[in-house]
Amino acid sequence: MSPKTLRAMKVAVFILCLLPLGKLALEAFGVAGMSLGANPVEELLHRCGKWGLNFLLITLAITPLRRLSGWNAAIRFRRMLGLFAFFYILLHFLVYAGLDQRFAMQYIVEDIVERPYITLGIIALVLLLPLAITSTNGMMRRLGRRWQKLHRLVYPIAILAVWHFYWQVKQDILEPLIYAGILALLLGVRYFYHLQRKRKQHALTMDKKLRSETP
Amino acid sequence: MKQPNRIKSWEITSESNFINRRAFLASAGLAAAGATLLPATGNAAVRELETVPGPYSTDEEPNSWEDVTTYNNFYEFGTGKEDPYRYAQDFVTEPWTVRIEGECEKPGDYAFEDLVAPHALEDRVYRHRCVEAWSMVVPWVGIPLGDLLKRFEPNSDAKYVRFETLYDPRRMPGQRRAVLDWPYVEGLTIEEAMHPLTLMTVGVYGKSLPNQNGAPLRLVIPWKYGFKGIKSIVKIEFTKRQPRNSWNVSAPHEYGFYANVNPEVDHPRWSQARERRIGAGLFAEKQPTLMFNGYAEEVASLYSGLDLRKNY
Ligand code: HEM
Repeated sequence: MSPKTLRAMKVAVFILCLLPLGKLALEAFGVAGMSLGANPVEELLHRCGKWGLNFLLITLAITPLRRLSGWNAAIRFRRMLGLFAFFYILLHFLVYAGLDQRFAMQYIVEDIVERPYITLGIIALVLLLPLAITSTNGMMRRLGRRWQKLHRLVYPIAILAVWHFYWQVKQDILEPLIYAGILALLLGVRYFYHLQRKRKQHALTMDKKLRSETP
Repeated sequence: MKQPNRIKSWEITSESNFINRRAFLASAGLAAAGATLLPATGNAAVRELETVPGPYSTDEEPNSWEDVTTYNNFYEFGTGKEDPYRYAQDFVTEPWTVRIEGECEKPGDYAFEDLVAPHALEDRVYRHRCVEAWSMVVPWVGIPLGDLLKRFEPNSDAKYVRFETLYDPRRMPGQRRAVLDWPYVEGLTIEEAMHPLTLMTVGVYGKSLPNQNGAPLRLVIPWKYGFKGIKSIVKIEFTKRQPRNSWNVSAPHEYGFYANVNPEVDHPRWSQARERRIGAGLFAEKQPTLMFNGYAEEVASLYSGLDLRKNY
Protein backbone atom coordinates (compact mmCIF):
# COMPACT_ATOMS: atom_id res chain seq x y z
CA MET A 1 0.00 0.00 0.00
CA SER A 2 1.33 3.43 -0.86
CA PRO A 3 1.85 5.87 2.04
CA LYS A 4 -0.86 8.04 0.50
CA THR A 5 -3.51 5.32 0.51
CA LEU A 6 -2.55 4.36 4.05
CA ARG A 7 -2.98 7.95 5.19
CA ALA A 8 -6.36 8.22 3.54
CA MET A 9 -7.48 4.97 5.10
CA LYS A 10 -6.29 6.07 8.51
CA VAL A 11 -8.33 9.25 8.25
CA ALA A 12 -11.36 7.20 7.21
CA VAL A 13 -10.98 4.80 10.14
CA PHE A 14 -10.48 7.73 12.52
CA ILE A 15 -13.74 9.28 11.38
CA LEU A 16 -15.54 5.93 11.64
CA CYS A 17 -14.31 5.57 15.21
CA LEU A 18 -15.75 8.98 16.07
CA LEU A 19 -19.22 8.16 14.74
CA PRO A 20 -20.53 6.63 18.00
CA LEU A 21 -19.45 9.78 19.85
CA GLY A 22 -21.05 11.96 17.18
CA LYS A 23 -24.35 10.11 17.52
CA LEU A 24 -24.25 10.47 21.31
CA ALA A 25 -23.59 14.19 20.95
CA LEU A 26 -26.50 14.67 18.53
CA GLU A 27 -28.77 12.80 20.91
CA ALA A 28 -27.52 14.72 23.94
CA PHE A 29 -28.26 18.03 22.24
CA GLY A 30 -31.59 16.79 20.89
CA VAL A 31 -30.70 17.44 17.25
CA ALA A 32 -33.40 16.46 14.75
CA GLY A 33 -35.62 14.88 17.38
CA MET A 34 -32.90 12.48 18.52
CA SER A 35 -32.63 11.90 22.23
CA LEU A 36 -30.87 9.88 24.90
CA GLY A 37 -34.25 8.71 26.21
CA ALA A 38 -35.80 8.94 29.65
CA ASN A 39 -32.57 8.24 31.54
CA PRO A 40 -29.84 10.10 29.66
CA VAL A 41 -27.09 9.55 32.24
CA GLU A 42 -27.57 5.80 32.15
CA GLU A 43 -27.74 5.83 28.35
CA LEU A 44 -24.46 7.75 28.03
CA LEU A 45 -22.79 5.53 30.62
CA HIS A 46 -23.88 2.31 28.95
CA ARG A 47 -23.15 3.38 25.40
CA CYS A 48 -19.62 4.65 26.21
CA GLY A 49 -18.90 1.44 28.16
CA LYS A 50 -20.20 -0.68 25.33
CA TRP A 51 -18.13 1.12 22.70
CA GLY A 52 -15.04 0.95 24.90
CA LEU A 53 -15.46 -2.79 25.10
CA ASN A 54 -16.24 -3.07 21.38
CA PHE A 55 -13.03 -1.24 20.47
CA LEU A 56 -11.06 -3.35 22.92
CA LEU A 57 -12.22 -6.52 21.17
CA ILE A 58 -11.76 -5.02 17.69
CA THR A 59 -8.18 -4.17 18.65
CA LEU A 60 -7.63 -7.74 19.80
CA ALA A 61 -9.05 -9.00 16.52
CA ILE A 62 -6.43 -7.25 14.38
CA THR A 63 -3.67 -9.83 14.77
CA PRO A 64 -5.84 -12.89 13.99
CA LEU A 65 -7.38 -10.95 11.10
CA ARG A 66 -3.95 -10.20 9.75
CA ARG A 67 -2.86 -13.84 9.97
CA LEU A 68 -6.03 -15.18 8.41
CA SER A 69 -6.25 -12.65 5.59
CA GLY A 70 -2.56 -12.16 5.00
CA TRP A 71 -3.27 -8.42 4.88
CA ASN A 72 -0.28 -7.20 6.86
CA ALA A 73 -1.19 -3.52 6.72
CA ALA A 74 -3.97 -4.25 9.22
CA ILE A 75 -1.40 -3.79 11.97
CA ARG A 76 -1.11 -0.12 11.02
CA PHE A 77 -4.57 0.52 12.47
CA ARG A 78 -4.13 -1.29 15.74
CA ARG A 79 -2.74 1.56 17.78
CA MET A 80 -5.52 3.93 16.75
CA LEU A 81 -8.19 1.37 17.59
CA GLY A 82 -6.60 0.67 20.95
CA LEU A 83 -6.49 4.36 21.75
CA PHE A 84 -10.15 4.71 20.81
CA ALA A 85 -10.92 1.87 23.22
CA PHE A 86 -9.13 3.85 25.90
CA PHE A 87 -10.93 7.04 24.84
CA TYR A 88 -14.43 5.56 25.15
CA ILE A 89 -13.59 3.81 28.42
CA LEU A 90 -12.25 7.08 29.83
CA LEU A 91 -15.48 8.79 28.75
CA HIS A 92 -17.42 5.96 30.41
CA PHE A 93 -15.53 6.61 33.62
CA LEU A 94 -16.02 10.38 33.36
CA VAL A 95 -19.77 9.96 32.81
CA TYR A 96 -19.86 7.76 35.89
CA ALA A 97 -17.71 10.01 38.07
CA GLY A 98 -18.97 13.34 36.77
CA LEU A 99 -22.60 12.98 35.73
CA ASP A 100 -23.68 10.00 37.80
CA GLN A 101 -21.76 10.71 41.01
CA ARG A 102 -21.04 14.41 40.42
CA PHE A 103 -17.45 13.86 41.52
CA ALA A 104 -18.52 13.04 45.08
CA MET A 105 -15.38 11.21 46.20
CA GLN A 106 -17.16 9.65 49.14
CA TYR A 107 -19.60 7.77 46.86
CA ILE A 108 -17.00 6.94 44.23
CA VAL A 109 -14.64 5.42 46.77
CA GLU A 110 -17.52 3.53 48.38
CA ASP A 111 -18.46 2.08 44.99
CA ILE A 112 -14.90 1.08 44.13
CA VAL A 113 -14.44 -0.62 47.49
CA GLU A 114 -17.87 -2.19 47.92
CA ARG A 115 -19.14 -3.03 44.44
CA PRO A 116 -17.02 -5.81 42.96
CA TYR A 117 -18.01 -4.99 39.37
CA ILE A 118 -16.76 -1.43 39.81
CA THR A 119 -13.57 -2.69 41.45
CA LEU A 120 -12.91 -4.75 38.33
CA GLY A 121 -13.70 -1.77 36.09
CA ILE A 122 -11.30 0.56 37.85
CA ILE A 123 -8.51 -2.05 37.81
CA ALA A 124 -9.02 -2.43 34.07
CA LEU A 125 -8.91 1.34 33.58
CA VAL A 126 -5.79 1.78 35.72
CA LEU A 127 -4.04 -1.00 33.78
CA LEU A 128 -4.98 0.73 30.53
CA LEU A 129 -3.23 3.96 31.54
CA PRO A 130 0.39 2.78 31.01
CA LEU A 131 -0.61 1.27 27.67
CA ALA A 132 -2.07 4.58 26.49
CA ILE A 133 0.91 6.54 27.77
CA THR A 134 3.45 4.27 26.07
CA SER A 135 1.65 4.23 22.74
CA THR A 136 3.87 6.88 21.11
CA ASN A 137 6.62 6.02 18.63
CA GLY A 138 9.22 7.44 20.99
CA MET A 139 8.08 5.26 23.87
CA MET A 140 7.98 2.23 21.60
CA ARG A 141 11.58 2.82 20.58
CA ARG A 142 12.73 3.53 24.10
CA LEU A 143 11.13 0.45 25.60
CA GLY A 144 12.15 -1.92 22.81
CA ARG A 145 11.35 -5.52 23.72
CA ARG A 146 9.80 -4.48 27.01
CA TRP A 147 7.14 -2.54 25.10
CA GLN A 148 5.64 -5.73 23.72
CA LYS A 149 5.73 -7.39 27.12
CA LEU A 150 3.98 -4.42 28.71
CA HIS A 151 1.29 -4.34 26.09
CA ARG A 152 0.37 -7.97 26.75
CA LEU A 153 -1.50 -6.41 29.67
CA VAL A 154 -4.34 -5.96 27.21
CA TYR A 155 -5.32 -9.63 27.69
CA PRO A 156 -6.09 -9.41 31.41
CA ILE A 157 -7.65 -5.99 30.79
CA ALA A 158 -10.07 -7.47 28.28
CA ILE A 159 -10.95 -10.30 30.66
CA LEU A 160 -11.57 -7.81 33.50
CA ALA A 161 -13.70 -5.66 31.19
CA VAL A 162 -15.99 -8.51 30.12
CA TRP A 163 -16.20 -9.71 33.71
CA HIS A 164 -17.18 -6.18 34.80
CA PHE A 165 -19.92 -6.19 32.15
CA TYR A 166 -21.12 -9.62 33.26
CA TRP A 167 -21.27 -8.67 36.92
CA GLN A 168 -23.24 -5.46 36.47
CA VAL A 169 -26.22 -6.90 34.58
CA LYS A 170 -29.32 -7.37 36.65
CA GLN A 171 -30.60 -10.58 35.15
CA ASP A 172 -30.20 -11.04 31.42
CA ILE A 173 -26.64 -12.33 30.97
CA LEU A 174 -26.99 -13.18 27.28
CA GLU A 175 -25.11 -10.14 25.98
CA PRO A 176 -22.08 -10.37 28.29
CA LEU A 177 -21.93 -14.09 27.52
CA ILE A 178 -21.73 -13.30 23.80
CA TYR A 179 -18.89 -10.88 24.53
CA ALA A 180 -17.20 -13.53 26.67
CA GLY A 181 -17.50 -16.01 23.80
CA ILE A 182 -15.91 -13.60 21.33
CA LEU A 183 -13.11 -12.81 23.77
CA ALA A 184 -12.51 -16.53 24.40
CA LEU A 185 -12.25 -17.06 20.65
CA LEU A 186 -9.79 -14.18 20.20
CA LEU A 187 -7.60 -15.34 23.09
CA GLY A 188 -7.93 -18.97 22.00
CA VAL A 189 -6.65 -18.15 18.52
CA ARG A 190 -3.64 -16.43 20.06
CA TYR A 191 -2.91 -19.39 22.27
CA PHE A 192 -3.08 -21.61 19.22
CA TYR A 193 -0.55 -19.40 17.38
CA HIS A 194 1.61 -19.46 20.47
CA LEU A 195 1.62 -23.30 20.56
CA GLN A 196 2.33 -23.44 16.85
CA ARG A 197 5.31 -21.14 17.23
CA LYS A 198 6.63 -23.19 20.10
CA ARG A 199 6.30 -26.44 18.18
CA LYS A 200 8.14 -24.96 15.25
CA GLN A 201 10.92 -23.73 17.50
CA HIS A 202 11.12 -27.10 19.15
CA ALA A 203 11.28 -28.87 15.81
CA LEU A 204 13.98 -26.50 14.70
CA THR A 205 16.19 -27.07 17.74
CA MET A 206 15.65 -30.83 17.55
CA ASP A 207 16.67 -30.71 13.94
CA LYS A 208 19.85 -28.82 14.72
CA LYS A 209 20.66 -31.15 17.56
CA LEU A 210 20.25 -34.24 15.39
CA ARG A 211 22.41 -32.77 12.68
CA SER A 212 25.18 -31.85 15.10
CA GLU A 213 25.12 -35.36 16.57
CA THR A 214 25.42 -37.22 13.30
CA PRO A 215 29.01 -37.05 12.15
CA MET B 1 -48.82 3.43 17.67
CA LYS B 2 -48.37 7.16 17.84
CA GLN B 3 -50.03 9.01 20.66
CA PRO B 4 -51.99 12.04 19.50
CA ASN B 5 -50.00 15.23 19.79
CA ARG B 6 -52.20 16.83 22.38
CA ILE B 7 -51.12 14.15 24.85
CA LYS B 8 -47.46 14.37 23.96
CA SER B 9 -47.43 18.07 24.57
CA TRP B 10 -49.13 17.85 27.93
CA GLU B 11 -47.19 20.00 30.31
CA ILE B 12 -48.41 18.99 33.72
CA THR B 13 -47.51 21.44 36.42
CA SER B 14 -49.65 20.09 39.20
CA GLU B 15 -52.17 17.42 39.88
CA SER B 16 -55.14 19.77 39.93
CA ASN B 17 -54.04 21.35 36.71
CA PHE B 18 -53.85 17.90 35.14
CA ILE B 19 -57.31 16.93 36.31
CA ASN B 20 -58.79 20.20 35.04
CA ARG B 21 -57.18 19.78 31.68
CA ARG B 22 -58.58 16.31 31.35
CA ALA B 23 -62.03 17.43 32.42
CA PHE B 24 -61.82 20.02 29.67
CA LEU B 25 -60.83 17.42 27.11
CA ALA B 26 -63.64 15.14 28.17
CA SER B 27 -66.22 17.90 28.07
CA ALA B 28 -65.04 18.96 24.64
CA GLY B 29 -66.00 15.51 23.48
CA LEU B 30 -62.45 14.74 22.45
CA ALA B 31 -62.52 11.57 24.47
CA ALA B 32 -64.95 10.08 22.03
CA ALA B 33 -62.82 10.89 19.00
CA GLY B 34 -62.00 7.75 17.11
CA ALA B 35 -64.97 5.85 18.49
CA THR B 36 -66.58 5.91 15.09
CA LEU B 37 -63.60 4.18 13.47
CA LEU B 38 -63.02 0.44 13.36
CA PRO B 39 -62.71 -1.19 16.78
CA ALA B 40 -59.17 -0.49 17.93
CA THR B 41 -56.83 -3.16 19.28
CA GLY B 42 -53.47 -3.07 21.03
CA ASN B 43 -52.36 0.35 22.21
CA ALA B 44 -54.71 1.95 19.70
CA ALA B 45 -57.42 0.90 22.15
CA VAL B 46 -56.07 3.13 24.93
CA ARG B 47 -58.96 5.40 25.86
CA GLU B 48 -60.03 8.11 28.30
CA LEU B 49 -61.40 6.94 31.64
CA GLU B 50 -63.99 8.49 33.94
CA THR B 51 -62.10 9.16 37.14
CA VAL B 52 -62.47 10.84 40.53
CA PRO B 53 -59.65 12.35 42.58
CA GLY B 54 -58.32 9.82 45.08
CA PRO B 55 -56.45 10.21 48.38
CA TYR B 56 -52.70 9.97 49.06
CA SER B 57 -51.60 11.88 45.96
CA THR B 58 -48.22 13.61 46.11
CA ASP B 59 -48.01 17.15 44.82
CA GLU B 60 -44.65 16.44 43.19
CA GLU B 61 -44.64 17.03 39.47
CA PRO B 62 -45.54 13.86 37.54
CA ASN B 63 -43.16 12.50 34.91
CA SER B 64 -44.10 13.09 31.30
CA TRP B 65 -46.27 10.68 29.35
CA GLU B 66 -43.16 9.80 27.31
CA ASP B 67 -41.11 8.92 30.37
CA VAL B 68 -43.89 6.84 31.88
CA THR B 69 -44.64 4.94 28.66
CA THR B 70 -41.19 4.45 27.10
CA TYR B 71 -38.96 3.61 30.07
CA ASN B 72 -40.32 0.39 31.54
CA ASN B 73 -39.23 -2.87 33.07
CA PHE B 74 -41.60 -5.50 31.73
CA TYR B 75 -39.45 -8.50 30.89
CA GLU B 76 -42.36 -10.27 29.18
CA PHE B 77 -41.65 -7.91 26.29
CA GLY B 78 -37.84 -7.83 26.54
CA THR B 79 -35.17 -6.81 29.02
CA GLY B 80 -34.28 -3.42 27.50
CA LYS B 81 -35.98 -0.36 28.98
CA GLU B 82 -37.58 0.55 25.64
CA ASP B 83 -38.40 -3.02 24.64
CA PRO B 84 -41.88 -2.98 26.24
CA TYR B 85 -42.72 0.24 24.37
CA ARG B 86 -41.47 -1.31 21.13
CA TYR B 87 -42.81 -4.84 21.38
CA ALA B 88 -46.07 -4.46 23.33
CA GLN B 89 -47.83 -2.11 20.92
CA ASP B 90 -50.00 -4.80 19.31
CA PHE B 91 -50.64 -6.86 22.44
CA VAL B 92 -54.40 -7.45 22.61
CA THR B 93 -56.03 -7.36 26.05
CA GLU B 94 -59.67 -7.80 25.08
CA PRO B 95 -61.19 -10.09 26.18
CA TRP B 96 -59.39 -10.49 29.52
CA THR B 97 -60.34 -12.86 32.28
CA VAL B 98 -58.97 -13.05 35.81
CA ARG B 99 -59.20 -16.28 37.77
CA ILE B 100 -59.86 -15.86 41.49
CA GLU B 101 -59.06 -18.88 43.63
CA GLY B 102 -57.90 -20.15 47.01
CA GLU B 103 -59.12 -19.26 50.47
CA CYS B 104 -62.28 -17.31 49.64
CA GLU B 105 -66.02 -17.78 49.28
CA LYS B 106 -66.39 -16.51 45.74
CA PRO B 107 -63.73 -18.03 43.51
CA GLY B 108 -64.26 -18.12 39.76
CA ASP B 109 -63.39 -16.59 36.42
CA TYR B 110 -64.22 -12.89 36.22
CA ALA B 111 -64.20 -10.74 33.11
CA PHE B 112 -62.02 -7.64 33.44
CA GLU B 113 -65.06 -5.37 32.96
CA ASP B 114 -66.98 -7.09 35.75
CA LEU B 115 -64.03 -6.74 38.12
CA VAL B 116 -63.75 -3.03 37.57
CA ALA B 117 -67.33 -1.90 36.93
CA PRO B 118 -68.62 -1.65 40.52
CA HIS B 119 -65.80 0.69 41.59
CA ALA B 120 -65.04 4.35 41.13
CA LEU B 121 -61.72 4.86 39.34
CA GLU B 122 -59.42 7.07 41.41
CA ASP B 123 -56.60 9.31 40.24
CA ARG B 124 -53.59 8.77 42.48
CA VAL B 125 -50.24 10.42 41.91
CA TYR B 126 -47.65 8.15 43.53
CA ARG B 127 -43.89 8.10 43.78
CA HIS B 128 -42.48 5.02 42.00
CA ARG B 129 -39.10 3.67 43.12
CA CYS B 130 -37.42 0.96 41.07
CA VAL B 131 -35.03 -1.48 42.75
CA GLU B 132 -32.47 -0.28 40.17
CA ALA B 133 -32.26 3.07 42.00
CA TRP B 134 -34.29 5.26 39.66
CA SER B 135 -37.67 6.81 40.37
CA MET B 136 -40.61 8.58 38.78
CA VAL B 137 -43.84 10.24 39.84
CA VAL B 138 -46.79 8.62 38.11
CA PRO B 139 -50.46 9.68 37.95
CA TRP B 140 -52.05 6.24 38.17
CA VAL B 141 -55.75 5.41 37.89
CA GLY B 142 -57.12 2.50 39.87
CA ILE B 143 -59.19 1.06 42.67
CA PRO B 144 -58.03 0.21 46.18
CA LEU B 145 -57.03 -3.45 45.97
CA GLY B 146 -58.73 -4.16 49.30
CA ASP B 147 -62.11 -2.99 48.00
CA LEU B 148 -61.77 -5.38 45.08
CA LEU B 149 -60.55 -8.35 47.13
CA LYS B 150 -63.33 -8.03 49.72
CA ARG B 151 -65.87 -8.86 47.02
CA PHE B 152 -64.47 -12.40 46.88
CA GLU B 153 -64.93 -12.81 50.63
CA PRO B 154 -61.54 -14.15 51.71
CA ASN B 155 -61.81 -16.51 54.70
CA SER B 156 -59.72 -16.54 57.88
CA ASP B 157 -57.08 -18.80 56.28
CA ALA B 158 -56.31 -16.16 53.67
CA LYS B 159 -53.02 -14.89 55.08
CA TYR B 160 -51.41 -13.97 51.76
CA VAL B 161 -52.42 -13.07 48.24
CA ARG B 162 -50.59 -14.46 45.24
CA PHE B 163 -50.74 -12.84 41.79
CA GLU B 164 -49.80 -14.24 38.41
CA THR B 165 -49.08 -12.60 35.04
CA LEU B 166 -50.33 -13.98 31.73
CA TYR B 167 -48.08 -16.67 30.26
CA ASP B 168 -48.33 -16.66 26.48
CA PRO B 169 -44.99 -16.61 24.63
CA ARG B 170 -46.74 -16.07 21.31
CA ARG B 171 -48.10 -12.75 22.53
CA MET B 172 -45.31 -11.94 24.99
CA PRO B 173 -42.07 -12.41 23.05
CA GLY B 174 -39.85 -11.89 26.10
CA GLN B 175 -41.18 -15.16 27.51
CA ARG B 176 -39.51 -17.12 24.72
CA ARG B 177 -36.27 -16.93 26.68
CA ALA B 178 -36.02 -18.18 30.26
CA VAL B 179 -34.74 -14.89 31.68
CA LEU B 180 -37.10 -15.46 34.62
CA ASP B 181 -39.09 -18.50 35.62
CA TRP B 182 -42.35 -17.72 33.77
CA PRO B 183 -45.08 -16.94 34.52
CA TYR B 184 -44.18 -13.94 36.67
CA VAL B 185 -45.63 -14.27 40.16
CA GLU B 186 -45.85 -11.88 43.09
CA GLY B 187 -47.28 -11.93 46.57
CA LEU B 188 -48.41 -9.71 49.43
CA THR B 189 -49.48 -10.35 53.00
CA ILE B 190 -53.23 -9.91 53.37
CA GLU B 191 -52.55 -6.79 55.47
CA GLU B 192 -50.45 -5.28 52.68
CA ALA B 193 -53.07 -6.20 50.11
CA MET B 194 -55.84 -4.60 52.17
CA HIS B 195 -53.87 -1.42 52.88
CA PRO B 196 -55.65 1.59 51.35
CA LEU B 197 -52.47 2.70 49.54
CA THR B 198 -52.32 -0.52 47.52
CA LEU B 199 -53.84 0.14 44.13
CA MET B 200 -55.23 -2.26 41.55
CA THR B 201 -54.29 -0.08 38.64
CA VAL B 202 -56.12 0.13 35.32
CA GLY B 203 -54.87 3.42 33.95
CA VAL B 204 -52.33 6.20 33.88
CA TYR B 205 -52.73 9.89 33.06
CA GLY B 206 -56.50 9.48 33.01
CA LYS B 207 -56.38 6.83 30.28
CA SER B 208 -56.52 3.07 30.26
CA LEU B 209 -53.08 1.48 30.70
CA PRO B 210 -50.86 1.30 27.63
CA ASN B 211 -49.68 -2.28 27.12
CA GLN B 212 -46.10 -1.52 28.15
CA ASN B 213 -47.36 -0.37 31.54
CA GLY B 214 -49.08 -3.67 32.30
CA ALA B 215 -52.47 -3.56 30.59
CA PRO B 216 -55.18 -4.20 31.37
CA LEU B 217 -54.56 -4.37 35.12
CA ARG B 218 -51.53 -4.32 37.37
CA LEU B 219 -50.60 -3.69 40.96
CA VAL B 220 -49.05 -0.52 42.34
CA ILE B 221 -47.66 -0.70 45.88
CA PRO B 222 -45.93 2.66 46.24
CA TRP B 223 -43.83 1.86 49.32
CA LYS B 224 -42.27 -1.19 47.68
CA TYR B 225 -39.77 -1.56 44.85
CA GLY B 226 -41.39 -1.49 41.44
CA PHE B 227 -40.98 -5.19 40.71
CA LYS B 228 -43.70 -5.95 43.29
CA GLY B 229 -46.14 -4.19 40.96
CA ILE B 230 -47.00 -7.25 38.88
CA LYS B 231 -48.45 -6.50 35.44
CA SER B 232 -51.10 -8.00 33.14
CA ILE B 233 -52.61 -10.05 35.96
CA VAL B 234 -54.61 -13.18 35.09
CA LYS B 235 -54.77 -14.88 38.46
CA ILE B 236 -55.31 -13.89 42.08
CA GLU B 237 -55.10 -16.55 44.77
CA PHE B 238 -55.69 -16.30 48.51
CA THR B 239 -53.18 -18.54 50.27
CA LYS B 240 -52.32 -19.79 53.75
CA ARG B 241 -48.58 -19.77 53.15
CA GLN B 242 -46.26 -17.08 51.94
CA PRO B 243 -45.96 -17.42 48.15
CA ARG B 244 -42.61 -17.15 46.37
CA ASN B 245 -42.17 -14.20 44.02
CA SER B 246 -40.30 -14.38 40.71
CA TRP B 247 -37.33 -12.16 41.53
CA ASN B 248 -36.88 -13.87 44.86
CA VAL B 249 -36.85 -17.25 43.10
CA SER B 250 -34.29 -16.05 40.57
CA ALA B 251 -31.88 -14.35 43.03
CA PRO B 252 -32.88 -14.95 46.68
CA HIS B 253 -29.90 -13.10 48.15
CA GLU B 254 -30.73 -9.97 46.11
CA TYR B 255 -34.54 -9.80 46.16
CA GLY B 256 -36.77 -10.71 49.08
CA PHE B 257 -40.49 -11.19 49.56
CA TYR B 258 -41.14 -7.81 51.17
CA ALA B 259 -39.01 -5.56 48.91
CA ASN B 260 -39.93 -2.46 50.91
CA VAL B 261 -38.07 0.63 49.77
CA ASN B 262 -35.31 1.06 52.35
CA PRO B 263 -32.34 3.41 51.94
CA GLU B 264 -30.46 1.62 54.72
CA VAL B 265 -30.46 -1.85 53.18
CA ASP B 266 -28.36 -1.93 50.02
CA HIS B 267 -28.80 -4.27 47.12
CA PRO B 268 -25.71 -6.52 47.20
CA ARG B 269 -24.44 -4.89 44.02
CA TRP B 270 -25.50 -1.26 44.41
CA SER B 271 -26.54 1.31 46.97
CA GLN B 272 -30.20 2.04 47.69
CA ALA B 273 -29.43 5.25 49.62
CA ARG B 274 -30.07 7.54 46.65
CA GLU B 275 -32.11 7.48 43.49
CA ARG B 276 -32.04 9.11 40.08
CA ARG B 277 -35.30 10.90 39.31
CA ILE B 278 -36.18 10.23 35.69
CA GLY B 279 -36.78 13.44 33.78
CA ALA B 280 -34.51 15.53 35.98
CA GLY B 281 -31.98 15.84 33.17
CA LEU B 282 -28.37 15.11 32.38
CA PHE B 283 -26.90 17.29 35.12
CA ALA B 284 -29.28 16.58 37.98
CA GLU B 285 -28.03 15.25 41.27
CA LYS B 286 -29.42 12.02 42.66
CA GLN B 287 -31.87 12.52 45.49
CA PRO B 288 -31.98 10.72 48.82
CA THR B 289 -34.29 7.71 48.95
CA LEU B 290 -36.90 7.88 51.70
CA MET B 291 -37.82 5.06 54.06
CA PHE B 292 -40.82 3.20 52.59
CA ASN B 293 -40.45 5.59 49.64
CA GLY B 294 -41.88 8.40 51.77
CA TYR B 295 -44.97 6.45 52.86
CA ALA B 296 -43.60 5.49 56.30
CA GLU B 297 -46.38 7.30 58.11
CA GLU B 298 -48.97 5.16 56.37
CA VAL B 299 -47.28 1.76 56.36
CA ALA B 300 -44.46 1.52 58.92
CA SER B 301 -46.86 0.00 61.47
CA LEU B 302 -47.37 -3.01 59.17
CA TYR B 303 -43.80 -4.04 59.91
CA SER B 304 -43.38 -3.30 63.62
CA GLY B 305 -41.25 -6.03 65.15
CA LEU B 306 -40.00 -7.25 61.78
CA ASP B 307 -36.23 -7.16 61.16
CA LEU B 308 -36.17 -5.23 57.87
CA ARG B 309 -32.54 -6.07 57.28
CA LYS B 310 -33.33 -9.77 57.22
CA ASN B 311 -36.72 -9.40 55.59
CA TYR B 312 -35.55 -7.27 52.66
C1 HEM C 1 -11.97 -1.49 30.71
C2 HEM C 1 -12.78 -0.68 31.34
C3 HEM C 1 -14.28 -0.74 31.27
C4 HEM C 1 -15.11 -1.26 30.31
C5 HEM C 1 -14.73 -1.93 28.99
C6 HEM C 1 -16.46 -1.07 30.77
C7 HEM C 1 -17.59 -1.49 30.08
C8 HEM C 1 -18.87 -1.47 30.58
C9 HEM C 1 -20.01 -2.04 29.93
C10 HEM C 1 -19.99 -2.75 28.58
C11 HEM C 1 -21.09 -1.81 30.72
C12 HEM C 1 -22.52 -2.25 30.46
C13 HEM C 1 -23.23 -1.36 29.53
C14 HEM C 1 -24.60 -1.86 29.21
O1 HEM C 1 -25.24 -2.50 30.05
O2 HEM C 1 -25.07 -1.61 28.09
C15 HEM C 1 -20.63 -1.09 31.88
C16 HEM C 1 -21.44 -0.65 32.90
C17 HEM C 1 -20.99 0.13 33.95
N1 HEM C 1 -19.69 0.48 34.23
FE1 HEM C 1 -18.08 0.04 33.12
N2 HEM C 1 -16.45 -0.42 31.97
C18 HEM C 1 -15.14 -0.19 32.32
C19 HEM C 1 -14.69 0.45 33.45
C20 HEM C 1 -15.50 1.06 34.38
C21 HEM C 1 -15.04 1.91 35.46
C22 HEM C 1 -13.59 2.29 35.72
C23 HEM C 1 -16.14 2.30 36.15
C24 HEM C 1 -16.28 3.17 37.36
C25 HEM C 1 -15.36 3.36 38.26
C26 HEM C 1 -17.30 1.70 35.52
C27 HEM C 1 -18.60 1.85 35.94
C28 HEM C 1 -19.69 1.29 35.34
C29 HEM C 1 -21.05 1.47 35.79
C30 HEM C 1 -21.48 2.29 36.99
C31 HEM C 1 -21.86 0.75 34.92
C32 HEM C 1 -23.38 0.68 34.90
C33 HEM C 1 -24.00 -0.21 35.89
C34 HEM C 1 -25.51 -0.12 35.84
O3 HEM C 1 -26.09 0.49 34.93
O4 HEM C 1 -26.11 -0.67 36.74
N3 HEM C 1 -16.86 0.97 34.44
N4 HEM C 1 -19.27 -0.90 31.76
